[in-house]
Amino acid sequence: MTALCDRSATELGAMLRAAETSSVEITAACFERIEAVEDRVRAFLARREDAAQEQATAADSRIASGGAPAVAGIPLALKDVLSTRGVETTCGSKILEGYVPPYDCTPWKRLKDDGSVLLGKTNCDEFAMGSSNENSAFGPVHNPWDLTMVPGGSSGGSAAAVAAGAAIWALGTDTGGSVRQPASLCGVVGLKPTYGLISRYGLIAFASSLDTIGTFTRGVRDAALLLSCIAGKDVMDATSLDTPGRDYTERIDGGIDGLRVGVVREAFGEGVEAGVESSVRAAIDRLAALGATVGETSLPHTDYALSAYYLIAPSEASSNLARYDGVRYGLRVDGADSIEMMTRTRGAGFGAEVKRRIMLGTYALSAGYYEAYYGQAQKVRTLIIRDYEAAFSDFDVLVSPTSPTTAFPIGAKVDDPLAMYLNDVFTIPANLSGMPAISIPSGLDEKGLPVGVQITAPVLREDVLLRTAFALEQAIAFDGRPRLVTDLAA
Amino acid sequence: MPVEIDIDHVARLARLELSDEEKGRLRTQLAVILDNAAKVGEVATEDVPPTAYAIPRSNVLRPDELTPSLPVEEVLANAPEVEDDRFKVPRIVEVE
Repeated sequence: MTALCDRSATELGAMLRAAETSSVEITAACFERIEAVEDRVRAFLARREDAAQEQATAADSRIASGGAPAVAGIPLALKDVLSTRGVETTCGSKILEGYVPPYDCTPWKRLKDDGSVLLGKTNCDEFAMGSSNENSAFGPVHNPWDLTMVPGGSSGGSAAAVAAGAAIWALGTDTGGSVRQPASLCGVVGLKPTYGLISRYGLIAFASSLDTIGTFTRGVRDAALLLSCIAGKDVMDATSLDTPGRDYTERIDGGIDGLRVGVVREAFGEGVEAGVESSVRAAIDRLAALGATVGETSLPHTDYALSAYYLIAPSEASSNLARYDGVRYGLRVDGADSIEMMTRTRGAGFGAEVKRRIMLGTYALSAGYYEAYYGQAQKVRTLIIRDYEAAFSDFDVLVSPTSPTTAFPIGAKVDDPLAMYLNDVFTIPANLSGMPAISIPSGLDEKGLPVGVQITAPVLREDVLLRTAFALEQAIAFDGRPRLVTDLAA
Repeated sequence: MPVEIDIDHVARLARLELSDEEKGRLRTQLAVILDNAAKVGEVATEDVPPTAYAIPRSNVLRPDELTPSLPVEEVLANAPEVEDDRFKVPRIVEVE
């Protein structure tokens, strides 16, 4: 029998409403799994067992009295860049060690109000900067499929927790692929909705024009369920879109007969592993078998997107991270005057990748270089958006691999920033253009590691995106599970 | 053309203390990254307008209503040093 903690939220929700299980039981199952695997996976930075059981007990009585929201009683993990009132939030950085937010981020506030249960905060690359989770100041996360491999990043802890059965679902953030790429490497579903659909209030900022909260789930229907709870206008975030609340699970099983699917030519070139290409090609064949019309399309500026991203994101980061100055929160290293105190605090508190991006962004924004770097990168952003507009005039959704590779060994790319940045080459364009995109497992490669297929839809077409992903997921019927988990059952 | 970066100047702008070893490594790495990033200049021609936000919005307003502020004690609880309900910092201005 499948353990409670390995089931989907949809399935658990039905069991809860039928009184076949309780939130207290599901929550206990998650903590039991965390106990069993956490010393090897290291997905969590903070766990809160007692508080979670209190929330679970409250959820159970709410469910028993009827009419509880769909997310009630389902245990959740949150990436540690999401502010949680009264629960330490570090962003994986020494500079914020011990910081306890005085308020909740909007998505968690909505989930909490709906009876969600918070298991803990997940490990991540420092300030969400990275693609391997090796930039966490508190040590790397290990991929549940192979503990010598990275889980991807920056939301590696959230991805690994869901893959390992340590959480039923989780939230992460995606600035250049930080939800979709780790979802791909850990064999789970990762959804990055349209920029602005989910409020960023309380999300500790990395690059504000790109930062998007996203979901990690065991299935596409779960992603739709979680999105329905957290999406929608919030007056606390001026960039949040004026969209009415809706149920994204509605018509998710409508099928894709006649859907026009564009295969992105640039995403099957040099650097894409053979095992990734063949798995994604097989997924595309399944889309055709489901009745979709499949054709080739082009996003000609894909190559430039990576360059533009590594100017825009660090520029915004250098500005956003100016707030860590040793005055209001976090680390302080004493100095003779305020400037020396700030300079020393930042030198001691930030890790190598964060320093690299602050320096890069500061340089790109500095007098004499602003136009050549930041200004030009913003123009490339326009060209990327035009690429998508052209592609979406012929196609309803676009398909590509999520990442050029499957999981790679811990330590393999740490000394080569450019090689590391290439992990995000297929995910970055959706951040630059604001488009919604999802990664779902398409199978395993010859090493037994999960491959992800990425689907992208036009702005605010989460309905088409989820319907396509759901149809494909049913056709693929991926049921692979990490040995770490199957060994426990044996 | 390799990019020459005045690391000390940029670090000063960023208020970031760096060791000599960090400076050496950053000088090399930033040059490689910027060399690659300079590609943006190949396609970003004058007739292309810049994009700051993919989904532009302007004049987003909310109702001008009073709402409670965060509790002062909770906010100050995170500060490294506090005095009389204020954040305390080292000397900012020179004393004659």
